[in-house]
Amino acid sequence: MQIEKENWSLVIEPNEKWWNLRLKEIWSYRELVLIFVRRDIVAVYKQTILGPLWFFLAPIFTVIAYNFVFGSIAGMSTDGIPGPVFYLSGTTLWGYFSTCFTATSNTFTDNAAIFGKVYFPRMIAPIATVVSTLFKFGVQLLMFFSLLAYYMIFTDANIEITKWAWLFPLLVVMMGGLALGVGIILSALTTKYRDLKNFIGFGVTLLMYVSPVIYPVSAVPDSYKWFVKFNPISPIIEAFRLGFTGVGTVDAIDLVYSGAFISVVLLIGIILFHRVERTFMDTV
Amino acid sequence: MSDTIISVENLSKQYRLGMVGSGTLREDLLGWWYRVRGKEDPYLKIGDTNTRDTKGNSDYVWALKDVNFDVKQGEVLGIIGKNGAGKSTLLKLLSRVTAPTTGTIKAKGRIASLLEVGTGFHPELTGKENIYLNGSIMGMKRAEITSKLDEIIDFAGVERYIDTPVKRYSSGMYVRLAFAVAAHLEPEILIVDEVLSVGDAEFQKKAIGKMEDVSAGQGRTVLFVSHNMKAVSAMCSRTILMQDGNIAFNGNTDEAIEKYLGVSEENWDLLHYSGKPETDSHSGIHLTEVHILNKPIIKTTQEVLVEVTLKFSESHDMFHLNLFVLTADGINLFQASTETFKTAPNTSKKIVFRIPSNLLNSNQYKTSFNFVLNKSKTIHASRETLRFAIVEDLNNHDLLWYGRTPGLLSVKIPAEIISI
Repeated sequence: MQIEKENWSLVIEPNEKWWNLRLKEIWSYRELVLIFVRRDIVAVYKQTILGPLWFFLAPIFTVIAYNFVFGSIAGMSTDGIPGPVFYLSGTTLWGYFSTCFTATSNTFTDNAAIFGKVYFPRMIAPIATVVSTLFKFGVQLLMFFSLLAYYMIFTDANIEITKWAWLFPLLVVMMGGLALGVGIILSALTTKYRDLKNFIGFGVTLLMYVSPVIYPVSAVPDSYKWFVKFNPISPIIEAFRLGFTGVGTVDAIDLVYSGAFISVVLLIGIILFHRVERTFMDTV
Repeated sequence: MSDTIISVENLSKQYRLGMVGSGTLREDLLGWWYRVRGKEDPYLKIGDTNTRDTKGNSDYVWALKDVNFDVKQGEVLGIIGKNGAGKSTLLKLLSRVTAPTTGTIKAKGRIASLLEVGTGFHPELTGKENIYLNGSIMGMKRAEITSKLDEIIDFAGVERYIDTPVKRYSSGMYVRLAFAVAAHLEPEILIVDEVLSVGDAEFQKKAIGKMEDVSAGQGRTVLFVSHNMKAVSAMCSRTILMQDGNIAFNGNTDEAIEKYLGVSEENWDLLHYSGKPETDSHSGIHLTEVHILNKPIIKTTQEVLVEVTLKFSESHDMFHLNLFVLTADGINLFQASTETFKTAPNTSKKIVFRIPSNLLNSNQYKTSFNFVLNKSKTIHASRETLRFAIVEDLNNHDLLWYGRTPGLLSVKIPAEIISI
């Protein structure tokens, strides 16, 4: 019997140990991630005339509005760099986070039809979302760099690119990882009880106001600084600004803290997600 | 035992009925609290068997309860049962769409299911893109799909449309493409659920041929779930009959089908193989009993024997009995009459009508009777006395068509082929 037991390639049991994260299985499905990513990108822009141009419109209007409200009316600090550059750097990175977060937090409800019919590691869906959102992010990043180049070449604005810019890929991975982690935690919690779903919409907005998107950390009064620094998003945005505009309030410790925070969130997310994915079809 | 490819042990699945609300949270927390303390979840102890039509006492039902079976390599296993018997739940557990409440499933190799074909098809993507998408979802590698692409397109017969978004496909094309991908998946275990209900006869033939190929030619295992008894009978070497979340029968396919037809034909409870008595007190003629002698099921290739018992309390010189056979919706198909005979008080007679084989098609029928005196005067016309059903003879595979033979009658009509 012992010998035969080892021959089973698949054993389905009611409960799995919580530490079994099945990362190997997810890795073996990596091709599916790419195909989902391709589907997301291709399908969204079929039969639209402007296509990815829509990616530009939202941030352009956002930046114009921020520049007017927070810059001109409220007169908030932009760390001495031109308003458009400052706001666009914030919204580009923040936009990636909020898009990923909102999409992954709906993983189960959005994919109920497909999850209900066939098995593949459910984690593939949110991972693919985070990856395919990179495309939109890339397009917006291009816009940011164009704006940056314009200000550097045609104006005498005080902008410089520092060596922190090398950290850029890491910052994107951190941002994506955080969005994935928080998103799957919420998706796991909302499958049965939908209450939290009501929170997601304004939760994202609230989170933006405690992140240095429309203000720099340097402008935060000292008594509140701990609060903004506790937010793992702050070091990421500040490091990005430090890299590409030369101004930012961040040091290595902040980034390490942020990375540790994200790892823990991601781990909790994966554990919760695995608990839910096995039977969510019964409750969705 | 080494060729056992699936082993299902004590498999159960509990569902909670009704709404998810604050009560659910309370029960979840209580259940969790019991488990934390290492005790058994009290909510797993309760639960009714899954019978739809009776009102249960509990909000929990067992869609499957302690199911055990093995499947051998290369076997085509039929799974039949009426709606709600647990077939779909079983398939969901096998295909890992949801996890069991208790018990284990062990399998060797890849399980692919056609629970619903075309899973993940995106309407905006072209046929080809969807082949890759669907194939990958089902666990195929990209290279594997590429090597089979031409075969898949050919099998589906949609070559012309392969670069068109599938939202422009007809439903038939859509299903064929979807089935084609799944059929070329080459899993060790293929689960097929009611694919035959879609597609035309030509496609059915193709699909069944492919499934036979897969099991006989390549030694793969197929689990075939269907309400189409003809197809089950033609394909499956062994069949499991599910009833109320349990396995009611596991063995020979023909036996399983007979048992199934014996218990669960739609509206079976409306059928009365023994009819109601009829009395005409004025003439003293009593129809005390009427039975169909064939049991439990009547096949199209069998004679139908209708036995009537008559009791007389008065004498008549010329009496005869007419039998009418009507379709379920009341079309009179034919009349059968006895000879005229004399009746004497306090006598009884038994009459057997023999409705020939290969006459009535698979359908539901009802009968009624007339009492006639002097060959002319109908003194009593009974209403519907009994209802019976005839089922197709599954061993009669003249046609490679898995649907019901059409028509009110199933008569063998000779046809000559003359060369000119």
